[in-house]
Amino acid sequence: MATASKSAKRRFEIVENNENSAEVDDIIEAQVSDNADDSTDEESSEYSGLEDEEDDSDDEDDNSDWEEGSDEDEEDETHNMSTNEDSEDDTGENKVRPTAVPMIQDGPSTSTAQLPTSPVEDEYAYDSSDEEDLRNTVGNIPMNWYDEYPHIGYDLEGKPILKPKRGDEIDNFLRKMENPESWRTVYDPQTGQDVILSNEDVDLIKNVMGSRIPDGSYNPYEPWVDWFTNEVMETPVTGRPEHKRSFVPSRVEAIKVGRMVHAIKMGWMKPREAKDDSVERHKYYLLWNADDKSEDVRRIENPIPAPKPRLPGHAESYNPPPEYTFSDKEINQWNRLADTPYQRKFPFIPKRFSSLRAVPAYDRFARERFVRCLDLYLCPRAKKMRLTIQPEDLVPQLPKPRDLQPFPTVCSMIFKGHKGLVRTISHDPSGQFFISGSDDQTLKVWEIATGRCFKTFEVKGTVRCVSWCPNSAIALIAAAVDNNVYLINPGVGDRLVQAKTDEILKEMPTQTDYLIPQRVRAVLTWNEPDKVQWASGFRVILTHLKAVKHVAWHSKGDYFSSVMPEGDNRSVLIHQLSRRRSQLPFSKSKGLVQCTLFHPLRPYLFVATQRHVRVYNLLKQELTKKLMTGAKWISSIAVHPGGDNVLVGTHDRRLCWFDLDLSTKPYQALRHHGQGIRAVAFHKRYPLFASGSDDCSAIVSHGMVYNDLLKNPTIVPLKKLRGHDKFDDFGVFDVLFHPTQPWLFTSGADATIRLYT
Amino acid sequence: MGARMKKKYEAGEATKYITRAQALKKLQLNLKDFRRLCILKGVYPREPNNRKKAQKGKLDKKTLYYVKDIRFLSHEPLIWKFRDFKIFMRKMKTAMEKGDKDTVARLKDNKPSMKLDHLVKERYPSFLDALNDLDDCLTLCFFYSTLPRDTKVPANLISLCRRLTVEFLHYVIAAKALRKVFISVKGIYYQVEIKGQPVTILINHQRGFQPTTASDVDYRIMTNFVDFYTSMLGFINFRLYHSINLQYPPKLPGITINENATDLEAVEEYNELVAALNTSLVANVPEAEEELQIDEFPSADGGEKLEEAKREAEAIERLKTLFKGLKFFISREVPRESVVFVIRACEGEASWESSIFAGSTYDETDESITHQIIDRPSVDKQYLSRYYIQPQWLFDCINFRRLLPVEDYFVGANLPPHISPFVTERLGDYIPPERQVLLALERGETLPAEEEEEEEESEEDSSEEEEEEDEESKAKKNETTKSQVVKEKKGMKVMRGRVEMPDTKGMDEEEKEHYKFRELMIRNKDKRLYRSMMKNRKNREREAKRLENKRKFHEKEEKALKKSTSTGKELTAKWSVQPLSSTTSDTQIIKKIKKDV
Repeated sequence: MATASKSAKRRFEIVENNENSAEVDDIIEAQVSDNADDSTDEESSEYSGLEDEEDDSDDEDDNSDWEEGSDEDEEDETHNMSTNEDSEDDTGENKVRPTAVPMIQDGPSTSTAQLPTSPVEDEYAYDSSDEEDLRNTVGNIPMNWYDEYPHIGYDLEGKPILKPKRGDEIDNFLRKMENPESWRTVYDPQTGQDVILSNEDVDLIKNVMGSRIPDGSYNPYEPWVDWFTNEVMETPVTGRPEHKRSFVPSRVEAIKVGRMVHAIKMGWMKPREAKDDSVERHKYYLLWNADDKSEDVRRIENPIPAPKPRLPGHAESYNPPPEYTFSDKEINQWNRLADTPYQRKFPFIPKRFSSLRAVPAYDRFARERFVRCLDLYLCPRAKKMRLTIQPEDLVPQLPKPRDLQPFPTVCSMIFKGHKGLVRTISHDPSGQFFISGSDDQTLKVWEIATGRCFKTFEVKGTVRCVSWCPNSAIALIAAAVDNNVYLINPGVGDRLVQAKTDEILKEMPTQTDYLIPQRVRAVLTWNEPDKVQWASGFRVILTHLKAVKHVAWHSKGDYFSSVMPEGDNRSVLIHQLSRRRSQLPFSKSKGLVQCTLFHPLRPYLFVATQRHVRVYNLLKQELTKKLMTGAKWISSIAVHPGGDNVLVGTHDRRLCWFDLDLSTKPYQALRHHGQGIRAVAFHKRYPLFASGSDDCSAIVSHGMVYNDLLKNPTIVPLKKLRGHDKFDDFGVFDVLFHPTQPWLFTSGADATIRLYT
Repeated sequence: MGARMKKKYEAGEATKYITRAQALKKLQLNLKDFRRLCILKGVYPREPNNRKKAQKGKLDKKTLYYVKDIRFLSHEPLIWKFRDFKIFMRKMKTAMEKGDKDTVARLKDNKPSMKLDHLVKERYPSFLDALNDLDDCLTLCFFYSTLPRDTKVPANLISLCRRLTVEFLHYVIAAKALRKVFISVKGIYYQVEIKGQPVTILINHQRGFQPTTASDVDYRIMTNFVDFYTSMLGFINFRLYHSINLQYPPKLPGITINENATDLEAVEEYNELVAALNTSLVANVPEAEEELQIDEFPSADGGEKLEEAKREAEAIERLKTLFKGLKFFISREVPRESVVFVIRACEGEASWESSIFAGSTYDETDESITHQIIDRPSVDKQYLSRYYIQPQWLFDCINFRRLLPVEDYFVGANLPPHISPFVTERLGDYIPPERQVLLALERGETLPAEEEEEEEESEEDSSEEEEEEDEESKAKKNETTKSQVVKEKKGMKVMRGRVEMPDTKGMDEEEKEHYKFRELMIRNKDKRLYRSMMKNRKNREREAKRLENKRKFHEKEEKALKKSTSTGKELTAKWSVQPLSSTTSDTQIIKKIKKDV
């Protein structure tokens, strides 16, 4: 019904526009009351046009109800029709659309009740049962589906029913003005026509809106018929006598009451007393008999007492010392941390109050108590060991450097003469001389004791590496210069040895039955120097395919190795001096080879690639060990004279000490240099080792290796030797120990060589 | 038959713990009741050694309890009380809604109530355990005793808290157990020593009405705590009173009141008298004063310690009778209760205007009053026979354990800083000068206060000299360190010979380098710890340095101010500035008003 009234209202609003009046309800009421007398058809209201309109709202239930109702009322209608035939002209009209009269738009004069079209009449002629306007066969669908089309549906023959013309607003308005029935004219979307509501419809709408019974004929104030009276009948309805217990008092109850009375009299029964258990509850007594004697009671498991709240500091005082009060800056900082109050130093601003009277109540007091309570029952508790140590206790006790003397401490000599950075140095087996190679394309031989430069060899190219032959029976230096390795007789020291060396190297050994392998021939040729070169000391020239970065002698002095990092699988070459033969020990490339070293005692070869150091057995020709440095780029390696310990320096500042017996992982990794390490060296006699780095310093450390296998080496950094200047981000290039004395040579990027003693 | 395969999380750490949700399920309690039970029984979550194992491989952080604790909770008879109460509430609700007044009254009479006595014994098997946990208990009870009686907290709980806390204060007074006090911005801290255990209480400043409607505080949880704490405090009070032969509940001498008296007003009056803290309580047996002396035992190593302990004992003895023979009168603006408590705990006598609170013993006109405690800028009518001092004097005296000179604390005086007695300095921490004086006193050195006074006197005399010196020092800034030597003798003289020290600097550097190398050799697993410790130490040092500099700067400023005022007639300057500023502000205001108009 609510929807019905709503739709009704909607229609009346249309009307209202036509009537130019403000109050809809007033108009309706007024006009409806005028027409109230005219209402004659009572049954018409039962299926009014309103409900018909309601179908537009797609309510299926309503629809079905309506249809049922229509079927039932079929007979009544026919009956009523006959009775009311003479009184109303358009009752027949009502049969079809019982309460609404379709109005044709075109003719303004046909506004009064009128039979619209011939099909309706026909329908009425042969069948009065269906009140539905059956001209349109589209059925119960939302009519807005036809909004876009010129027609509004299809008639029984399947022809489209065109929408009647509606005219423009002004026409409509004028028509409404002229038409006295316009206030009860509504638009029927089903047919597309205007319909004039009958008086009954208006009545019905009025009733619905007034929350009354819609049926106008119903009289709510009918006279009351008093069927059941309160007057006493003269004769009883039944003749049955009343039961005895209805007039005799109950004996059982009397006994009960008597007992109670007796109990009250005797004082057994008392009225209920108001209990006050608070006194009982707060009655205290001596709970603990002794102070600290605990009795055995069941307790929670492993109780941990709550930590006590922190005691207040000076800043919390109401009158703190002036240094604790906040400066403006601190106050700003305090305010800035409003979003993260836990980061504040104090939860309040330390402030000085002139007197106790001026101190306000602390507004966070309740909150702090509450948080403490939360902590007490919500915080997980655990016993934590508190550290009572000082940080100094964590620092290991090392032997005093004074006890580990001798080691180099002061710079006692500076060898100047080179014009470019000195990349490499090497000493002769006796320890009298050393040679240095520099970027100024020279090699210089120096006497250590005097500091004199004995000789200078001009080479065409950057000297990458020099290495003095460790065999004291021959005087020979191997120098890696660009693609060549020069074997040079330095011409210093024992004359006999020099002469012997020259004699050995004068003639190429006959190699009749030896065919140089193709692999070797492709990368290397042994060349004889020309006369000028011979005169200046060059004895043999090994020309490589690519630049040679490193050369290293075997301890016997017959074999030496050279490294061409760019040579891929042919980057490592081992040469035999006496037979002037070379070989390529590796068929596969394992990475960019940095340097190689011979084991001082056993036939092993150490090959350092960028990340690993591989140890090969030269006799068995197999890999025996692979040392994991964990570094990104190895720069240099050194082997302890005992042969079981290896030192690896890396560009990422790490100095790794490997104990080959112990593990393939570093026994100790030191990071005491500020920048990458360039060179490392062991002393031949003393338990010393040194590392030189780009931070212009060399660090001398004590590294004692014990014969006892159970004892690990002791490593103690001893001294940081400074002195070199920085040049082009380079500091110290090479470090070298004197073979017999605890002296250290360092060559630097500042074109000097320094001797520390 | 092979051994059964071991499943994960069926042994060890995983079986030791239970999550809260599981515990709720096991105990068949709702969260609210579980919380209450945990609070009352003192059960708390535990931090496992290995959380992943304890949570059976789950990674999100859960609240874990010991399985044994939860099992222990499940045997608690209180759970049945909770259930009874739930049923009671349901019945009440039904009866109320039906309007069945008779049933309501009957139900109310039989309201299930809990007794928590057994919990106190169970949580604290020995009395010392209870004392150890007394801090929170007292602070919360004192806080509850000051709450307004609005609906958040039951009123009888508040009055019970008040009763119990007053009883405790009476004990402290009777046992002379007060050791340290500190007025902070949060409230006043009292440290009490009971059976050798320090108990620290924080009592909030009582400033008018503080409503209990703060949204970030759940008073229901706190009330659960207070429920237990009142039981606990009652038993502790009983035990404490028992230990010093006082009657419990406290009884005032000369006043008898019937326990079952219905005269509520009389009871209230009596309670007020007790709360006044101004009368000693009735003892069961008159106590024979008997002080134990520490016998001297000759010991090789502990001589110093023994000496120290003896000194400490002496100081405490002095503290106990610090205000003996002094008569205080407390002015109305001073927080009466705390001041009376402090005075009476050190054997002083106190009184106040009788119109403020019950229990005053003498009038302001009493000529024998020695000190009047006052907290206002000035007093109209002063008695010559007494000192008018600010309340901080009392608190400082107790912390210094001796009567301090009253001059600094006179009415209207600029008070010296009030420092915390609870700070224990670590090596390298900043110690404010006031604290240094206190520490020196504790070490047994003589009070430098007299010297200070002398210095102050001499300062005035030597102010002119100082000025000259200042000029000199400006000229030779580098010699400021030796200024004292210079001051003594000017002109030509023979300097005393000095022992040439070996090259300490070079040595130091060597040492430093060696230490650096040692640092490098720290084991990897200790490295982080070492770094963090050093960082903390450095931060502490920086903080100490900062405070020291701030203090120095402040003192310099202060001195400059003093000098300017002393030369340019202090008083006039002070007075001339203020009216000037006021007049300017007035004129500004007037201007503003004019503009507005």
